Amino acid sequence: MPSIEPVDLQSVWLTLKLASVTTLILLGVATPLAWWLAHNRHWYKGIVSAVVALPLVLPPTVLGFYLLLLMGPRGAVGELTQALNLGRLPFTFAGLVIGSVLFSLPFAVQPIQNAFEAIGKRPLEVAATLRAGVWDRFFSVALPLARPGFLTAMILAFAHTVGEFGVVLMLGGSIPGETRVLSVAIYSHVEAMEYGAAHVLAGGMVAFSFLVLLGLYLLGGKAKT
Amino acid sequence: MIHAHFTLSHPNFSLDAEFQAPAVGVTALFGVSGSGKTTLLRCIAGLERAKGSLQVNGEIWQDDQTFLPTHQRPLGYVFQEASLFPHLSVRANLEYGYKRIKPAERKVPLDQVVSWLGLEHLIARGDPAQLSGGERQRVAIGRALLTSPRILLMDEPLSALDSASKQEILPYLEGLHRELAIPVLYVSHAMEEVTRLADHLVLLQQGRVIASGALHETLARLDLPLAAFDDAGTVIEARVAQHDEPYHLTRLDFSGGTLWVGKVDQALGMPVRARVLARDVSIAIHAPQGSSITNILIARITELRDEGVDKVMVKLSLGDCHILLSRITRRSRDHLQLVAGMEVFAQVKSVALM
Amino acid sequence: MKLSQSRVLLGALLCGMMVNTVYAGEVNAAVAANFAEPMGQIAKLFQQASGHTVKVSLGSTGKFYSQIQNGAPFDVLVAADDKVPLRLEKEGLAVDGSRFIYALGKLVLWSAQSGYVDDKGHVLRKGDYNKLAIGDPKLASYGTAAKEALEELGLWGAVQSKLVMGENITQTYQFAATGNADLAFIALSQITQNGKVTNGSWWIVPAHLYNPIKQSAVQLSAAKDKAAAQAFLIFLKSDKAKTIIRSFGYELP
Repeated sequence: MPSIEPVDLQSVWLTLKLASVTTLILLGVATPLAWWLAHNRHWYKGIVSAVVALPLVLPPTVLGFYLLLLMGPRGAVGELTQALNLGRLPFTFAGLVIGSVLFSLPFAVQPIQNAFEAIGKRPLEVAATLRAGVWDRFFSVALPLARPGFLTAMILAFAHTVGEFGVVLMLGGSIPGETRVLSVAIYSHVEAMEYGAAHVLAGGMVAFSFLVLLGLYLLGGKAKT
Repeated sequence: MIHAHFTLSHPNFSLDAEFQAPAVGVTALFGVSGSGKTTLLRCIAGLERAKGSLQVNGEIWQDDQTFLPTHQRPLGYVFQEASLFPHLSVRANLEYGYKRIKPAERKVPLDQVVSWLGLEHLIARGDPAQLSGGERQRVAIGRALLTSPRILLMDEPLSALDSASKQEILPYLEGLHRELAIPVLYVSHAMEEVTRLADHLVLLQQGRVIASGALHETLARLDLPLAAFDDAGTVIEARVAQHDEPYHLTRLDFSGGTLWVGKVDQALGMPVRARVLARDVSIAIHAPQGSSITNILIARITELRDEGVDKVMVKLSLGDCHILLSRITRRSRDHLQLVAGMEVFAQVKSVALM
Repeated sequence: MKLSQSRVLLGALLCGMMVNTVYAGEVNAAVAANFAEPMGQIAKLFQQASGHTVKVSLGSTGKFYSQIQNGAPFDVLVAADDKVPLRLEKEGLAVDGSRFIYALGKLVLWSAQSGYVDDKGHVLRKGDYNKLAIGDPKLASYGTAAKEALEELGLWGAVQSKLVMGENITQTYQFAATGNADLAFIALSQITQNGKVTNGSWWIVPAHLYNPIKQSAVQLSAAKDKAAAQAFLIFLKSDKAKTIIRSFGYELP
């Protein structure tokens, strides 16, 4: 059995970091978005829903390509980040995080939105008549009742980011320790016909992801009863 | 006083309702489904954002400049379904609103509500999912009361319950204003509940208030659609005056006369509310002799109104302030030559105690 | 007489069928992505000349290798290097002796900005560019060549912090084309059309700085009796094909 190279270990660590950071940011971004979508009746809700779902439609490498254009020196986002003296996002960890957040957005928004919709207006109205203000209602009623949706969103966002390939490939430039994540490392090994190393990494990734997902599901199941 | 005026316009429903109600006792918002009574209640709670104004005991809750959000209105709200929070225990449900008001404003003690509504063993069961429909609604009422509301809004709190659960809850509702002296706005489409609980009646039809007044007066108005109901009738506030143990009867006295009813388990002097339906009252122009009907009251005809092709509704006054309705045929009216001002004998076949 | 007549008829029929199989053959070609455009023109000419149709699948040579190993229905592989064809031959997956170099890749240092790259490649030494994109040396033959050239120039260590790697040479080109990398080592063929480079600025890396990029083609064992496949490989060596290949900036062996 081939041993794991330090470069590959770095990819493992980087992938976990990317998936964790992405999941956390997604929770922050998806929660208000899901809330808005669940409680909005305006005609433009459809437009927002469609935009959120778009990453599902585009092939990841195409999404990555457009992000590359957008964040590039002549892209709108690139011009903005340069104007703010933040440099450019492609080939950086921050760029990968942004790409991953966009790519996994529908996977985080939709379960949370469904959970909020399933709660309905009534429990929130009840809480309002019991003197709970807007934020109080959100934290004491909406969040606990939407727990299963949040759990699903976290699982999907994390898993989806671990397995993400096309976007990071386009946006990352395969820089070890910075943007060379596990999926890219595995792919490179396969492409380079280094099947042994590929098998070890892929097997490890599948086993690890299984354990994380299992843990989350068990946690979710326990919390329910 | 409660003074409310709201206007609201939806594609197939509009509300333009204005009423005043005393800030004591129970005011029923009564009407058929679709008449806007629940919408009106939601406007009062601030759950529905309508144009208009609302004053409760001199405090402005809403006007052109002001709109107090629901959580800043000192009200209690009991919904049709108990809507207990499924993620909280029975106790945490009860304490949800209680914890959110300042200790100085907690006028309704937790223990009192728990013991009065009999919630001890429900708290012991822990999970709201373990409770029956009636038990859940009791917890919901307790939960609302524990915010020490200055007004309690109830939206058909019994309509989702079976009749056994209804009977379980009704005594608590009756005792509400006696026990806690909190004014109640009670939405219902069940006349039975209204006549039993309400002191004041606001009648709604197609989003408009068509009448508002004391219950016994409003029920007796022949110009309202209420008089056309099959169970049209009036209520009489009386006192327990005598128990006839051998015959298992009780005599009720009121300023317009006396009524004998089946034995009432109440001490002498206690107030009781009796409901007499128009269809159970017949009229005689001479004192009936040898009748099996015990309750014969001297009354004066104050108003007659034709009802459909064959019926006439007759309004009878008893003494100073009590009223009976009697539904008779047009032929009887003509035969007996009944006109307003005549003194007659009202024969009451049946009295329902509320 | 009757008999011989029917024999002739039968012979003609058989003949017709054989002609039919020869002329309406189909070649499934796995083609390296950097050779996409010349292949389009070559396939068109081949179809006109032979009547065979060519179905082109574009992809990376490494991916084709694992697909062929697992029974992909390709007749020929037009690879970006000679490593994979050699390996296929050794493993018996390609027809012995069918392997040949159809083009020599030329490495170029390119920038999307005109006037950015000088004709000596000094821009590399100045080092004021933001990123330098190369193909992953493990995956792309042009990436290997870029690494060799940088080593030969003594710059491999210096560029490490500025290096971004494309999984293939097309992606490497995109990094530079979108302006995200100021510089990229790519194939001359990627920026050449009709023998001319039209945009940006470039330096054609001298051939002595890297090992020749021997883009090789091979006939796969699964198609060893397929006449159309043979015909196609023969056509790839023809002058007509060579003219096209050259016009895209490749050298010929």
